[in-house]
Amino acid sequence: MGRTLAEKVWDAHMVRRAEGEPDLLYIDLHLVHEVTSPQAFEALRLAGRPVRRPDLTIATEDHNVPTTDTLLPIADPVSAAQVEALRKNCADFGVKLFPMNDPGQGIVHVVGPQLGLSQPGMTIVCGDSHTSTHGAFGALAFGIGTSQVEHVLATQTLPQRRPKTMAVTVEGDLPVGVTAKDLILAIIAKIGTGGGAGHIIEYRGAAIRGLSMEGRMTVCNMSIEAGARAGMVAPDDTTFEYLAGRERVATGPAWDEAVAYWRTLASDPDAEFDHEVVIDAASLTPYVTWGTNPGQAAPLGSLVPTPGDYASPAAQASAQRALTYMGLTAGTPLTDVAVDTVFIGSCTNGRLSDLRAAADVLRGRQVAGDVRVLVVPGSMQVKAQAEAEGLDQVFEAAGAQWRSAGCSMCLGMNPDTLAPGERSASTSNRNFEGRQGQGGRTHLVSPQVAAATAITGRLTAPADL
Amino acid sequence: MEAFTIHTGRAVPLRRSDVDTDQIIPSDWLKRIERTGFGAGLFSQWRTDESFVLNNPVYAGASILLAGPDFGTGSSREHAVWALQDYGFRAVISARFADIFRGNALGNGLLPVQLPAATVENLQSAVERDPTVEITVDLAAREVRGAGVVAAFELDDFTRWRLMEGLDDVGLTLRHEEMITGFEGARPAWLPTTV
Repeated sequence: MGRTLAEKVWDAHMVRRAEGEPDLLYIDLHLVHEVTSPQAFEALRLAGRPVRRPDLTIATEDHNVPTTDTLLPIADPVSAAQVEALRKNCADFGVKLFPMNDPGQGIVHVVGPQLGLSQPGMTIVCGDSHTSTHGAFGALAFGIGTSQVEHVLATQTLPQRRPKTMAVTVEGDLPVGVTAKDLILAIIAKIGTGGGAGHIIEYRGAAIRGLSMEGRMTVCNMSIEAGARAGMVAPDDTTFEYLAGRERVATGPAWDEAVAYWRTLASDPDAEFDHEVVIDAASLTPYVTWGTNPGQAAPLGSLVPTPGDYASPAAQASAQRALTYMGLTAGTPLTDVAVDTVFIGSCTNGRLSDLRAAADVLRGRQVAGDVRVLVVPGSMQVKAQAEAEGLDQVFEAAGAQWRSAGCSMCLGMNPDTLAPGERSASTSNRNFEGRQGQGGRTHLVSPQVAAATAITGRLTAPADL
Repeated sequence: MEAFTIHTGRAVPLRRSDVDTDQIIPSDWLKRIERTGFGAGLFSQWRTDESFVLNNPVYAGASILLAGPDFGTGSSREHAVWALQDYGFRAVISARFADIFRGNALGNGLLPVQLPAATVENLQSAVERDPTVEITVDLAAREVRGAGVVAAFELDDFTRWRLMEGLDDVGLTLRHEEMITGFEGARPAWLPTTV
């Protein structure tokens, strides 16, 4: 029987297999940031162990960093201490670090791809659940906890049980105005926040093939919100075009050898998946979340749902609780929901194409009344590219704030937060209670919907401007 | 890692599904660089509500969390496990765990016990009727007993052995260091490096 993409990558990284034990997988790239690594480095120090492969490890400062006044010291002493700990750890253990204000700094899942470090067929881990982003290249990429960060630092391997496989096939073409973000929100709404648990998802079908690499990254990024261990897309010419010429990508005969291997990675025609889900792209419209988990999403043109319409008592209770927290009334058109803040950025939608899409909507228009709009590029390189195209001027002319790179309001570990009761339209990945600030209310949207919402002050699709 | 063989204690019913790790330990707490002291942050936003179940004194000292399905979704933060342990929990029982949370728990000796949703609800109801009832989580027998319930749970032999011995993965893996070195020698030269 043939093998799936995930199985091929898995098999190619097996250091050791023993009956009854987890497989020991070799890790090709370990991405590190300041939040989930300090206790891991400290454990190495206590055990007297080195980092086995600093040349396969790279670190960046992203979660805590402020996005304004970045040349000043970090004001929050606890954040500052955590960033300082990363700098010391990287210096002590010989790990390459992109500190604040470095041209290479950015969100860890933007930095890897932009350098060309994320390549097909690799195993990539990071102490961050959105590591699934790198699956867009046909890599097996997944988030790990701090003990596993320590394990990879010490051994460059990870013991793992082989997950099941799930095919999510998106047939047809996405309609005009429907983005990768809408697609992944629709997928999560369909399969649920636990629907992918224990599985690696492979996204397939014409609509996936038609996405740019950045669109595929948006889709794979949110695989974790469906509970999946990882999300992957088979590498193709779109992948190779994106990679060619990037700083850390092979050239000459080595490039040819790599591409020849990458072309063998696609799932075999007779490979079998443990589960299959099919989505009709043509049926999709812009999606938005109304609740407090990413599965609580609906078409923007629909109404706030009624808890009683859900089948199970647990889902009813969850929906009722979410509506209470979100301050929403069942039956309200989602397009009537007014926001205070719009956040455009994050590892989900903080790349150049996302900023271009938002700028295209905002160009020549004005942000509504007192809506606060933060545009936060995913990396310093994205920031520089956007400025070279004049996007910063488009945002500022419209009344939005143009910031420096970082995770920012996606999780509010830096000063960019919602106040209690404030409501945002956010291009990030999680609408959990308090995610963007205690008592804050989050609606997840695409960059295009975020920009249109900034203009009207309520949840809006660009087509309705 | 502290070994886990058998644990008997009182339990708290947390009747919510999709409890994400942002709720278990809010991100403000993630700025700390220590591994201890996270108990005060456990469910800290929910604990500001007096009616939240952990604020009910009848459940004080409970060491088993009876959670709704899809517990531990979202962020990979191991701090969620450290917070549960620091607060005093030794085991969490749920109908389904998020993968990363489950891995983190197993790596720290906090036992994630997966039981059918109806069984978890029976346990929750029993504890709500009588908060003093004790529940036993027996890893050796892979069984939960108490409150009129006897339920077997699954955990593979290797993981069970590792937990019962209190072994950490790094030490186990380094026994195979020669195989790692051998694998490294065969990696293609075109693979990227960071330096």
